[in-house]
Amino acid sequence: MAEAGRLILPAGRARRLPVHPVTALRIAIIVAVLATWEAVAASGLLYRDVVPSLVAISRALVETLSDKLFFWHLGTTFYEIGIALVIGGLSGLAVGIALGGSKLMEKAFEPLLYYLGPTPKIIFFPVMIMWFGVGPGSKVAMGAISCFFPVALNAAGGMRQIDKILIRVGRSFRANTWQMVTKIYLPAMRHPIINGVRLGLGVALIGTLLAETKLSNRGIGFLVIQAYSLFNMPQMYSLIIILFVIAIGANALIGRLGGLDDIKRF
Amino acid sequence: MSTATLAKNRWLPIALGLGSLVAVIVLVEALIRLGWINRFIVPMPSEIFLAFPRVVREEDVVSRFLLTAGEAFSASILVTLFGVAGGVLLHQFRLLRQATETWVAAMAAAPLVLIYPLYLVIFGRSATTIVMMGFTAGLAPTVLKTLEGLSSTRRVLINVGRSFNLTRSQQFWKILFPAALPTIFVGLRLGLIFALINIVGVEFLINFGGLGQLINELAERYDLAGTYASICFVILVSVCVFVLTERLERWLRPVD
Repeated sequence: MAEAGRLILPAGRARRLPVHPVTALRIAIIVAVLATWEAVAASGLLYRDVVPSLVAISRALVETLSDKLFFWHLGTTFYEIGIALVIGGLSGLAVGIALGGSKLMEKAFEPLLYYLGPTPKIIFFPVMIMWFGVGPGSKVAMGAISCFFPVALNAAGGMRQIDKILIRVGRSFRANTWQMVTKIYLPAMRHPIINGVRLGLGVALIGTLLAETKLSNRGIGFLVIQAYSLFNMPQMYSLIIILFVIAIGANALIGRLGGLDDIKRF
Repeated sequence: MSTATLAKNRWLPIALGLGSLVAVIVLVEALIRLGWINRFIVPMPSEIFLAFPRVVREEDVVSRFLLTAGEAFSASILVTLFGVAGGVLLHQFRLLRQATETWVAAMAAAPLVLIYPLYLVIFGRSATTIVMMGFTAGLAPTVLKTLEGLSSTRRVLINVGRSFNLTRSQQFWKILFPAALPTIFVGLRLGLIFALINIVGVEFLINFGGLGQLINELAERYDLAGTYASICFVILVSVCVFVLTERLERWLRPVD
């Protein structure tokens, strides 16, 4: 009787969840983290306001995004990062092509770049203040220095990976240096360059924003440190969330641009 | 003689690189002496060179170096413990790995150092903030490299373990972990470098601790030669750490 009363489902449907197990686990993790956060905020275990409630953070996020002044600061930071990326990226590209194009240059100068690359660039900030002042110039310089190394090293690596046949084709057509760079080198090494720019953008963002937190009266970095000074924790969390979204979004955008190239090629 | 032939010489490229560096330093010295570069913005390289012993003596560089090294050591212990454990955890639980590996990769690429004001609030202006910042920066690459090392263990090694009827624990300690060790060390090296960069950076930003604070203090005193000398010192230290860890990694890497 018990056998007869059992609801027998088709084998395929019996175990099927409404969502994929990976998605379900992701949702569960997010919900658990948010619930823990809210519980800690409500319990008062940590100092008051260090962990504000999610409602307060959401409210601060909406307030920040509806404030015109925030967009002025955001524009300033974007401007600084954009100029830094252009200066650091182009100079890195030129140096990378020069290093990658000659074995002698590579052996003579690449170790200097390779070993200087991982040093903490923020320590150059006092020097940049002396050279370019306390305004946006020193922040641009910080971003440009940070961006220069990954772009140069990636471009040098990319130069060495170029198919020798392509270079011989360019030379057999008697292409001059400019034509070699624009017609052969750059198209052939666009993937390492995109990778370099991607890395360069990340570090330029860090360099510029850290410089803004240290000494500035404008930009998102300044807003973050101002929120810290005023102990406005919800606003600080909202600004950090916005920063992370911008950083991850920009990284994904450049990555996708690199991916689109592939689609066009094949 | 072509540049390719010159590059084959062992000493010539090194001489060219170092010679160019010396030439730039001499040129800057000459331009400052001629008044073409303002000496109140860029001090003479000879002054910077002479400031080295003064900075080492008066600013207690040795104890500052030891303080930064101690912070980096504490952060690297945390990175090793939690990073390797995290990688092993993700390797053992396939579903957890599928759900979170992209998050860990995003964390590795995210500008985590920007949350230092948050750590200042939580841990205060103390060495804990600096150590935790280093730990946060070094964690993700270590987790990812541990996972990569364990996942790329050669099938034949795993099969050898199975043929010996090894238990799950024996399989891990005798086969998987030793095979993954070189890749795990690459992750630890990356983690240590990330941690060190962030530690010195945060020391500078919050004006607390060892070498990073030294640069900030000298800059605030407008001791130009001292500031440049301390920057050179920090560069030297980070280059030494980088070279040392690179050598260790090569030593650990199995011969193909």
